Amino acid sequence: MEILTILIPVSLLLGAAGLGAFVWAMRTHQFDDLQGDANRILLKDFDEKPAQDD
Amino acid sequence: MTMVEEHASFAACPACVVVSPADRVAAIRSQAARMMLSLPGAEGAACIAAVEAALRATPGVRSARVNLSQKRVSVEADPHVIAADLIPVLAAAGYEAHELDAGMLSMTETDRQGRELLMRIGVAFFSMMNIMLLSVAVWSGAEAATRDLFHFLSGAIALPTVLFCGQPFFRSAWGSLRQGKLGMDVPISLALILASSISVYETLHSGEKAYFDAAVMLCFFLLIGRFLDHRSRALARSAAEELAALEVPRAIVLDGGKEVVLPIAQVAVDDLVLVRPGGRMPVDGVVIHGTSEIDRGLLTGESLPVFAGPGTMVSAGEVNLTGPLTLRVTAAGRDSSLHRMADLVAVAESAKNRYTTLADRASALYSPMVHLLSFSAFGYWMWQTGGDIRFAVNISAAVLIITCPCALGLAVPAVVTAASGKLFRKGVLIKNGTALERLAEVDCVVFDKTGTLTMGAPEPLGLDALPEEARAVAGALARASSHPLAQALASRLPTTEVTELREVPGYGVEGLWNGQPVRLGRAEWIGATPLALTATYLLMAGQTHAIGFTDQIRPGAEAAIAGLRAQGIAVKLVSGDTKAAVGAFADRVGITDWVAGALPAEKAALVQEITAQGHKVLMVGDGLNDTGALAAAHVSISPAQALDAARVASDIVLLGRDLSAIADAVHIARQASRRMVENFGISGAYNVIAVPLALVGAATPLAAALAMSLSSITVSLNALRLRQWKS
Repeated sequence: MEILTILIPVSLLLGAAGLGAFVWAMRTHQFDDLQGDANRILLKDFDEKPAQDD
Repeated sequence: MTMVEEHASFAACPACVVVSPADRVAAIRSQAARMMLSLPGAEGAACIAAVEAALRATPGVRSARVNLSQKRVSVEADPHVIAADLIPVLAAAGYEAHELDAGMLSMTETDRQGRELLMRIGVAFFSMMNIMLLSVAVWSGAEAATRDLFHFLSGAIALPTVLFCGQPFFRSAWGSLRQGKLGMDVPISLALILASSISVYETLHSGEKAYFDAAVMLCFFLLIGRFLDHRSRALARSAAEELAALEVPRAIVLDGGKEVVLPIAQVAVDDLVLVRPGGRMPVDGVVIHGTSEIDRGLLTGESLPVFAGPGTMVSAGEVNLTGPLTLRVTAAGRDSSLHRMADLVAVAESAKNRYTTLADRASALYSPMVHLLSFSAFGYWMWQTGGDIRFAVNISAAVLIITCPCALGLAVPAVVTAASGKLFRKGVLIKNGTALERLAEVDCVVFDKTGTLTMGAPEPLGLDALPEEARAVAGALARASSHPLAQALASRLPTTEVTELREVPGYGVEGLWNGQPVRLGRAEWIGATPLALTATYLLMAGQTHAIGFTDQIRPGAEAAIAGLRAQGIAVKLVSGDTKAAVGAFADRVGITDWVAGALPAEKAALVQEITAQGHKVLMVGDGLNDTGALAAAHVSISPAQALDAARVASDIVLLGRDLSAIADAVHIARQASRRMVENFGISGAYNVIAVPLALVGAATPLAAALAMSLSSITVSLNALRLRQWKS
């Protein structure tokens, strides 16, 4: 059962990393135009700018 | 000292300083660096590429970015570039665009709320997953010290989560309690608090049951419902804002002989305003120079143009047809007749907001029942066990968790989101949150004629009956004018050589044909007897010919009428136009029940009369004369081309030109209503099974978690079924 002292913090850390990624994506407007981004991937010219609407 | 004070007070009152219109426009121009255009036809990757490329190729444009979800493009440009320059660029690329007032589109507040909710959902999801991990171990038989450790860990994750994620519920529950009401949020908050505290108590006393997982899961599912609800509200609000911003009206103000373009809000009383042929009157005023004909159709519904000359009073919203007019402004902006009408509508609207939605009715029934069940369970077990508080509180917490309107909170928002998404793709914008439910109850539709069932573009009648020469002469004369009747003739008639063509604004066109004077225009100018319907008259070789006109039917009008009839809805036609015009039109579209010559107040009265007979009326109209009826009806629709007063008064706006979407909208609304009722039934059924278990004390935390997630998922899936079903 000692393994729990490692596994539980690890699972919590992984979860927290996921939460962090979600918060980051939201803060950088990546959920503002879901349809647009789904279509933009089909465009020929490279486009690295996130949506700038605010 | 007094001098200084006088100066100070003078400067402190900026309105007292006379600013010339040119300065005012300069001040506006310098800020116009960022603008927003609406692209109603935007769809697919090709559109993004085409629009952005076209805009970037325009000199002065720094950057352009399409937002496909909102069907908008935001442009950053040099100050001298204005939106009006970009609209032709986009039109050339094949996309219809409208200018949006960026100031009215500042959605930062709703945006912030939506983001806050999303953040809470993210946190709740993270905690739920981690607690589930621990709970599964407990459910599968962890014992003694291990179980206690897992309960402690779950508690350490769950308590901060409930405190953070439950805030929206706690706040609204507190609000409704202070008003002495039991909203949906009171049992939710009670369940959250009770479940958390009993779990803490159990954990500290190494008990077997802890409801941390249930509390967090409750938070998660309810937040999703809250988020969907918020999103459809924000969408409706932004739709309303978009429509208000769609028409950014401007006026050409004459400033000492110079023409300056100003937004309406900047026009003052006694300014001189120039209205070009084809332009809409931006303000109320008196004509001081020029003669023309004006089209009052949008305000009164009459399709026959009226003469305007010096001294004629004109109202905002009328269209100037033939000659340039100079007006002295008598009322502008908020005071103009257009806006006064809109204010009247606002008063009528508040009555509509008293509509109780299905969700309200359900929660009014449900909320007291939840409390009653929980407290009676507590009382019964207190009595049965002879005062074992711990056991009784445990049971009553389980009852609260299971009866908690988790699925109910999702049932309505999920359906509304699915339905309004489907309608938006059909070009139907829902402006009002309860409009969808009201639309489903409709059993009678009242249409306006001019501009709603018709396009407002006239179609000439009996051209073949004219002699060949008269056709050619009329065609040649018509080409010299921009009057809508003349344009309709010009595109359908051959031409011949007519010299010395001259347009007499307000009267017609005259010229010389084979050395004889010929004229095309108003009856009194020609010397002809006027017909009962919209007509223009030709004078040729001493003879007069009348050319009658009828209105062009809007595409999809017949399909909409047929579709509505097929759903068992009565169709009526009410117009302010003359009896002859309305009767002929009603025959064409196959409406037998029609009223002509109705004044605005009569239209509203008619709608109220039908309502009093126990029918739910859907009013479809576009003009200022329809606004009263639009506001009085149970639910109302107007086309996007309608006057903004009409669009403000109606609950639903059609973005496309096609009317057939109306029949689909009613169909989808009825389907959505059915889904909502089904969803209530589903969550009710779950309760009927699970509540007795909880009451007898057989509900384990596992059962609570299962009941909650299963019912939420079934309800959401049922709502999504709407998307897939073909109408």
